Amino acid sequence: MMDDLKALYQEVIIDHSRNPRNFGQLESANCHAEGVNPLCGDELTLQCLVDDDEVIKDVRFVGQGCAISLASASIMTEMLKNLSKAEAEALFEKFRSRVTGLTHTEPADIGKLEVLSGVREFPTRVKCATLPWHTALAAINGSDEKVTTE
Amino acid sequence: MSETARKENFNQYAGNGILDVDAIRAQFPILQEKVHGNDLVYLDNGASSQKPLAVTEALSRYYASQHANVHRGVHELSDRATEAYENARKIAQKFVNARHAEEIIFVRGTTEGLNLVAESYGRDKLQPGDEILVSEMEHHSNIVPWQLIAERTGSVVKMIPMDDAGEILFDEYQQLVSEKTRIVAVTYVANSLGTVNPIREMTSLAHEVGAVTVIDAAQAAPHVALDVARLDCDFLALSGHKMYGPTGIGILYGKRELLSKMPPYQGGGEMIRQVTFEGSTYADIPHRFEAGTPNIADAVGFGAACEFMWETGIDTIARHEQSLLDYIHERANQMDDVRMYGTAKLKAGVFAFTLNGIHAHDIGTILDRQGVAIRVGHHCAMPVMRHFNIAATARASFAVYNTHAEIDRMFDALDDARELFGV
Ligand SMILES: Cc1ncc(COP(=O)(O)O)c(C=O)c1O
Repeated sequence: MMDDLKALYQEVIIDHSRNPRNFGQLESANCHAEGVNPLCGDELTLQCLVDDDEVIKDVRFVGQGCAISLASASIMTEMLKNLSKAEAEALFEKFRSRVTGLTHTEPADIGKLEVLSGVREFPTRVKCATLPWHTALAAINGSDEKVTTE
Repeated sequence: MSETARKENFNQYAGNGILDVDAIRAQFPILQEKVHGNDLVYLDNGASSQKPLAVTEALSRYYASQHANVHRGVHELSDRATEAYENARKIAQKFVNARHAEEIIFVRGTTEGLNLVAESYGRDKLQPGDEILVSEMEHHSNIVPWQLIAERTGSVVKMIPMDDAGEILFDEYQQLVSEKTRIVAVTYVANSLGTVNPIREMTSLAHEVGAVTVIDAAQAAPHVALDVARLDCDFLALSGHKMYGPTGIGILYGKRELLSKMPPYQGGGEMIRQVTFEGSTYADIPHRFEAGTPNIADAVGFGAACEFMWETGIDTIARHEQSLLDYIHERANQMDDVRMYGTAKLKAGVFAFTLNGIHAHDIGTILDRQGVAIRVGHHCAMPVMRHFNIAATARASFAVYNTHAEIDRMFDALDDARELFGV
């Protein structure tokens, strides 16, 4: 089978998609947002608790989707905790350049998100990986608009 | 529906011809393409079919020797273009077995055809409280235009439900049809399920209360011999690109008695008789509904696609596709982790499924890497997804050039998906 498929669907990804971390309602949330991918019907709702210093104290999500979007959401929630809003945005920028393959500079350190970099070889799937991030940033920024990939 | 009615519905497209698939495939150059290093297996025909040389050559012949604007030049080329365009209309007339050529209106595709009926017929005829019946298995293009016109006229859209096999609940339909019913909009073949609907029976019931039927034949056209005289439907729309023809062209059939009384859909050149600033009068059908310079070349290409289907034999095509469908059902039935959507007794061209433990979107990606093109998602039929409480299915849909070996390739690729996901 093809290597790029194996690189995309690594065990870690499959594991996160089957047993997503931080899955469920966040009772203490003070912001939330919904994201949809109208092309495939994926949808997720993200809830965060952001403190007065704009630091993300907790984040959980519910929803359904393909392995890439679920794994991306799951890994993201693990990484967002205790990041400031600015740090979260910066991390997303690094992640986005990695999965869109747009970066011309040294690959930035994206930690655990590295496992998702195989998405780069699958342009039609980039949106699956970035939807949870767009949704999270919308929640943190207090946007009421539904986030959509289209 | 009675068993004999079913049989009759079926017999019209179950022919006896033998198909030389290799010879057919040789007419579709794109089938030689490599995708990610593999031979292409194109199973996304429901979205759009590939084009035979007969169609692409008709297009280039038209541009090389016949093109000018239609109906307005005094010169030779304009004559040729007009003749080619009107000839395509006659071919289309024969393709759906309409009584008159002027009952054929060239449109962009099914979507435009359905919007035309909703806008022109609907806006004219619908009163507050009137009802439009729309089946649960419609493509969004046969739902949304009715919602739009209902909103503006105060009429009401009601859903004709289906069962879990994907068949219309005929008893429920019978109960829904009433004196309030003005329009029944239903698909001939459902794109998300493959169900072939009993159009003739549904039409005759609609006619009992004076309602008209609007048939979406987008998925029927490539698989079923169309016969509006037999169906007795009032309107029928289809898209050229799903039946081996070019994109950007389709037809709307409408009964002459109805079309000739309908107001224009769009205004512009070609569709008028006389224009003054006091007011304008409109051309007769079909030109009243073809404002502006039409898509002449693609109409010509559409004619070539109809001829391709005749030459191959619509019965022969249908029979071949039916054997592909039987084969795919047979193989899928042996797999415990495959769930099929659309198990109606009469089906055409479509196999929709989900696989336990793997989202349809991931299946689509994995198959694509093996060169197998299918469609995944909601297939513009969200109410169908809702019926089954799912977000998406994977769908393989057939054309005349598909083979049993290609279906094997699809199942092999599904094995790869299982391996990757460890299911
Ligand atoms: C059943 C059905 N109706 C309508 C349409 C819309 O056709 P088009 O996009 O060519 O207008 C489609 C195409 O996807 C279809 O499958």
